[in-house]
Amino acid sequence: MAMLTYLDAIRLAMKDEMERDENVFVLGEDVGLKGGVFGTTKGLHAQFGDDRVMDTPLAESAISGVAIGAAMYGMRPIAEMQYSDFMLPATNQIISEAAKIRYRSNNDWTCPLVVRAPIGGGVFGGLYHSQCPESIFFGTPGLKIVVPSTPYDAKGLLIAAIRDLDPVLYFEHKKCYRMITGEVPDEDYIVPIGKADVKRDGTDITVITYGLTVHFALQAAEELAKDGINALILDLRTLQPLDRDAILEAVKKTGKVLILHEDNKTGGVGAEVAAIIAEELMYDLDAPIMRLCGYDVPAMPISPPLEKFYMLNAEKVQEAMLQLARY
Amino acid sequence: MQQTGAKGTEITMPQFAESVVSATIGKWLKQPGDHVEEYEALCEVITDKVTAELPSTASGILVELLAAEGSTVDVGTAICIIQENGIEGQALAVKTTVAAPASSRTALEGDSTLTVTGDQSMRHRYSPAVRTLAEEYSLDLNLIAGSGLGGRITRKDVLDYVESGGSKQQHQDVISAPIVKSSSAVSANEIPMNAPKVPVRSTGLHLSDNKVGPYVDIEHKQSSDSRGEYYIDITPIRNTIASRMRQSVTEIPHAWTMIEVDVTNLVTLRNKMKDEFKRKEGVNLTYLAFLMKSVVNAIKDYPIMNSVWGVDNIIVKRDINISLAVGTEDSVWTPVIRQADQKNIPGLAREIEQLASKTRAGKLTPGDMQGGTFTINNTGSFGSILSYPIINYPQAAILTFESIVKRPVVINDMIAVRSMANLCLSLDHRILDGVICGRFLQRVKENLESFTQDTNLY
Repeated sequence: MAMLTYLDAIRLAMKDEMERDENVFVLGEDVGLKGGVFGTTKGLHAQFGDDRVMDTPLAESAISGVAIGAAMYGMRPIAEMQYSDFMLPATNQIISEAAKIRYRSNNDWTCPLVVRAPIGGGVFGGLYHSQCPESIFFGTPGLKIVVPSTPYDAKGLLIAAIRDLDPVLYFEHKKCYRMITGEVPDEDYIVPIGKADVKRDGTDITVITYGLTVHFALQAAEELAKDGINALILDLRTLQPLDRDAILEAVKKTGKVLILHEDNKTGGVGAEVAAIIAEELMYDLDAPIMRLCGYDVPAMPISPPLEKFYMLNAEKVQEAMLQLARY
Repeated sequence: MQQTGAKGTEITMPQFAESVVSATIGKWLKQPGDHVEEYEALCEVITDKVTAELPSTASGILVELLAAEGSTVDVGTAICIIQENGIEGQALAVKTTVAAPASSRTALEGDSTLTVTGDQSMRHRYSPAVRTLAEEYSLDLNLIAGSGLGGRITRKDVLDYVESGGSKQQHQDVISAPIVKSSSAVSANEIPMNAPKVPVRSTGLHLSDNKVGPYVDIEHKQSSDSRGEYYIDITPIRNTIASRMRQSVTEIPHAWTMIEVDVTNLVTLRNKMKDEFKRKEGVNLTYLAFLMKSVVNAIKDYPIMNSVWGVDNIIVKRDINISLAVGTEDSVWTPVIRQADQKNIPGLAREIEQLASKTRAGKLTPGDMQGGTFTINNTGSFGSILSYPIINYPQAAILTFESIVKRPVVINDMIAVRSMANLCLSLDHRILDGVICGRFLQRVKENLESFTQDTNLY
């Protein structure tokens, strides 16, 4: 067991998989010589060379299109989007092609592609470097979407994504890269796609979230525990497909649920989670379903005080959790 | 009816009917902290005659309950205080402390009355989870303290309450309780005393599935052998039934007689007419309507049946007002069809249906219950073939209509299968004797048997 940062866990997953399977390769903007703008691919070019760590033009549709073709041909491409904000030129390739290949070929073809993209704010990136695009892809059957919150999950989910036969969007929160460290096993392991994880058990309220906000919820839960409020924190980890059973079980345990995410509220993942709960657990609810999400504004403000105001943090989460616990 | 004091306006018990001097609080529909509009129902009130909802005479915040559920209050006594709108209602402490009457809720493990202060605006907003648990454990949520926002009872509060053992005994009792629930004006022999395993047969008058009437609070009192027996509190309506029955059997010397009637032609007539009748009139064409018509016509021939023992004289009533016994799960009511002799069969059928559904919904008014002169009980509707009814005091007689059963009957020395029904009559032997009652019953029988396929209902 090694203590690794979230970023190192991602890099290690790619390195291990590239060593294990020669079909695995990485392509993206500045992933080669520079080792990625955040350093996620640092050292991979030196180890695996030009053919397996490819710098591409600034054309996301090309990156994803090339990766889709390679994946259909039997390769295991990992396509990196420098920021998820830049991913939108690739949405046509991802939604109209990658997501539909298995379906439209009547199961003859698969598309074992991984698209890695850093999401989220909190790094003073402003409008074009802070977006959370989950809701854009969330309603697209045929895609899998994972968002790890810890180094352990980051590595396990990336390996699972690489080995998966279908296209997987791997959203990594850029604020977690160096902020979050944790133990990561040395041996080969995966975190199965489609399985949520109870990060903290509790009896009073349930918080359902994913990504960076998992950590806010955990911090807030520790504070609230001093006042005798025991929060259950469910980390979704996979957004598509959602782990319905885990969601229902977690909510049933307390009857009070807060859904947290950084992506804006309207049409976000939380809306779907809330709908599942309302459909299945009407008679187990002890309080209205509560959501704490990003504001419905066009983008992250490019102003440090405004960004601070916009972003969720442990205090805001704690306030919401307390409100729910008191209800 | 109201008096404004320092705390607010007192709401007093009004006079529901001329003869009513006191009334029992059935259930508080508003709780301290609730906002009440003028004319909005405050609580259920039970009198000897009727159960009714008491409308508020003021609007504002209900501050304090002065009378507990189940307590009997004299007319004119204050029962609650309302802080009227506009009077500085900001920081008023809402009080819920009400002395529970000794006979009603005894404490579960010590103390069942809750003293609650502070904001209680959410006290009676129950979440689905709380409702689900309350049902599962058969809990009275009024006994559970709320720790949530605005005094709301949270799921945890309920679980804690269950864990602390508050509900266990209550739970057991509720499961076994139906065994003792039964009541009717007739002899107990014909009534199934055990809770039926199958849906109760009902032709509409008796035994509705949805229980109405006052809340039956079941307590488990400590006894040396708790398995041997348990106790059920007497509800106000049960108490009224009990005292009326006792009065009737102690004051009136009852005699009893029975006759059997061949209703084969009536059955044919009804089967022929009932679908069209339902379509045209919107109500069911019941045998009871035919019976009532036959009885009313027979009373017209023998008016003495419609009388009251007046000690010095016998008071014969000119109006024929038929009391109709309508049973619910745990009580029996006798709403009245006035001037029944003025009505034809469709009119009677309509009124029977209206009164029966009103009774089942618990919506009878004092007016619905007054002035009866002769009582009919459709005991056949719960399968009885023979009853010994107790007279509806102070009337002179009561008649039951038993189940219609197909039986082999000898007619002209031949055996035929006919639809037969028994009519049973209990009579006040101070007023009536065997001969007159025999004639009366014969007339009822003739009337019933004279319905044929061609009888015009209108």
